[in-house]
Amino acid sequence: MADPARISICNGRLIDPASGVDEELAVHIAGGRVAALGPAPAGFHAERTIDAGGLVVCPGLVDLCARLREPGGEHKASIASETRAAAAAGVTTLCCPPDTSPVIDTPAVAQLITQTAERAGRARVVPAGALTRGLAGEQISEMAALKRAGCAVMSHADAHITNTQVQRGAMEYASTFGLTLFLRPEDHYLRDQGCMHEGRVSTLLGLPGIPEAAETVALARDLALAEQTGARVHFRGLSCARSAAMLAEAQARGLRVSADVSAHQLFLTEDDVGDFDSNCHLRPPVRTRADREALRAAVARGEIAAICSDHQPHEPDAKLAPFPVTEPGISALETLLPLTLGLVGEGVLGLRSAIERLTRGPAGILGLPLGRLEPGSIADICVFDPEEPWVLSPATLVSQGRNTPFLGRGLRGRVHWTLLGGRVVFERGAR
Amino acid sequence: MTTSAVQLDAEGNLRHFLTLDGLSRTLLTEMLDRTEGFLSVARQAVKKVPLCRGKIVANLFFETSTRTRTTFELAAKRLSADVLNLNISTSATAKGETLLDTLRNLEAMHVDMFVVRHADSGAAHFIAAHADPHVAVINAGDGRHSHPTQGMLDMFTIRQHKGDFTHLCVAIVGDVLHSRVARSELSALRTLGAGEVRIIAPRTLIPVHAEALGARVFHDLREGVRDADVVIMLRLQRERMRGALLPSEHEYFQLFGLTEERLATAKPDAIVMHPGPINRGVEMDSQVADGPRSVILEQVSNGIAVRMAVMSMCIGTQNLRAAGQADG
Repeated sequence: MADPARISICNGRLIDPASGVDEELAVHIAGGRVAALGPAPAGFHAERTIDAGGLVVCPGLVDLCARLREPGGEHKASIASETRAAAAAGVTTLCCPPDTSPVIDTPAVAQLITQTAERAGRARVVPAGALTRGLAGEQISEMAALKRAGCAVMSHADAHITNTQVQRGAMEYASTFGLTLFLRPEDHYLRDQGCMHEGRVSTLLGLPGIPEAAETVALARDLALAEQTGARVHFRGLSCARSAAMLAEAQARGLRVSADVSAHQLFLTEDDVGDFDSNCHLRPPVRTRADREALRAAVARGEIAAICSDHQPHEPDAKLAPFPVTEPGISALETLLPLTLGLVGEGVLGLRSAIERLTRGPAGILGLPLGRLEPGSIADICVFDPEEPWVLSPATLVSQGRNTPFLGRGLRGRVHWTLLGGRVVFERGAR
Repeated sequence: MTTSAVQLDAEGNLRHFLTLDGLSRTLLTEMLDRTEGFLSVARQAVKKVPLCRGKIVANLFFETSTRTRTTFELAAKRLSADVLNLNISTSATAKGETLLDTLRNLEAMHVDMFVVRHADSGAAHFIAAHADPHVAVINAGDGRHSHPTQGMLDMFTIRQHKGDFTHLCVAIVGDVLHSRVARSELSALRTLGAGEVRIIAPRTLIPVHAEALGARVFHDLREGVRDADVVIMLRLQRERMRGALLPSEHEYFQLFGLTEERLATAKPDAIVMHPGPINRGVEMDSQVADGPRSVILEQVSNGIAVRMAVMSMCIGTQNLRAAGQADG
């Protein structure tokens, strides 16, 4: 591949929450890094100039949870197809959970993923290593080796470690190597056969419910273990108000815990399941309006520091069945930025905070020097129009997964250029 | 939400019969009136009317059932339809594409109506959403969600005995949480404006948002059936005795089993119903099941007439549609 070109992005509104910059500043790029902001350095001759007039220029988005389906789920999507979707969505770094097939519990699988992603060349893919072998929750994995192979964090995907002693050991062992644990709190027994929020709608539809306590019980246990062990724990995909309150209380007491929320959790509620809409079959489930409002407030206050896509592309057949037997999840990469900007439109967040939840916040949780745009930073950049209206349709989706309840919905905010390490990896046609 | 608009055509006629949620009191009353008319067919020497002559009805049972399937079959035959019975084990169709493949194959045989029973809530909606537009889908029970013909036959039986719904107190006893029958009854009772509806069970068998079902919750059987006009007992699956729902059949019967003595607080002319099959000595004792207040066997006979009413309404809508297309 040719060396990254010298590029200048001019006339845009540069927003970099990490450095606090929010003003019209040109970004000059050379050697894959930011060479300068503002006036071009002496002797800098751009081979290409991008006119970002009227657009926002910000660090490339960092997504803490996106399933790319490779290896093992290539009938759903591939690293190539989904990193292409990521580039179109302004996402330059993706953390993929370890529930691939085979599971990311050996360096070989981690390397397979990072190397395939490097060959595709459209986004950085950071594999999360499996906390236990085969995600079986019994034997902790070779975390030091996984870290060397590129796993920035350790995760247990959507599987719950039921054995408390194993969970404690996993926390202590991971923290030996400075590794953050990604845990999605969900008590296996309380979830049982549940396939939506246990509440008014599940009562009417006769669908087995997932009670709020499935999340809060697991969260309480793992907060207690985090406190005991001093491990750095990141809670993935909170779904209810009480979880947000428990998190804030733990943070106030000084625990090193963080959390994210999936963008769709900030918009959908149990009512969206409607007449068994399998595109709203989600894990964790979307819950009540009150839960949604509390999660929005926790995002606004920064207690929830990251918004992620929880991207789960599926083949059409995965959703073509009676609701309980469909596979959960949304193809969500391409709605991550527009939905987050929707929070700005609704007055939940300022534009800078919204960008922070998609850049500096998640990058900090991953512990990677990304999500910032200063001289010397890696030139991962997203250039978007924050106001442009568009409609999500199967034709506009780049992801191989078409499973999203937002099809046909009017969205606001569209990516025009994405740069990865100083290379243009996505470019929308003429504005 | 859950308006189930899919089951009505643009003029509000019944295309499919998936759930009672979202159907108007006028439509439910029309269905009950039509049922009344079909009751007499069983007493004729020739037990047939030609309303569905030349139509093919496929009974698609992904969950085994003898009684419901038989009454649907009889209903279709009394309407002069041809009937296909297909029992399909759920394990063979765990994948959605197989379920759709089954549908496509039957559509290719020009079936006009599917009667569907399936273990998953929402299965009938799924099939209706993906079936060819000329096919009608009737829900014969989907998971815990809905069993609308059972709900309507219970309403019909209540109306036969009690007339108007507005002053009635109806008590539903047992496993409401897992019961599609209860959900359909509760939906119909809300729409028909029943005076008071109660559900009676231990908390493990009551859904979390019972108030959404429009019912008052009781945990004491005697209190719950006090002054009731109608007592509906729900079937209790044996598998509920495992784990954390119920300790034993013995304790369940001690607390929630209906006996003549416990029925004493109900109105003297109260009727007792059960969707069948009864677990004698679990939900109720035989004295009540076979006693003067039991209308359980009437429910079965009424079930055929109700199913005839539903099928003829859906086929009627199909005929209207076909006529409209011919005109156009």
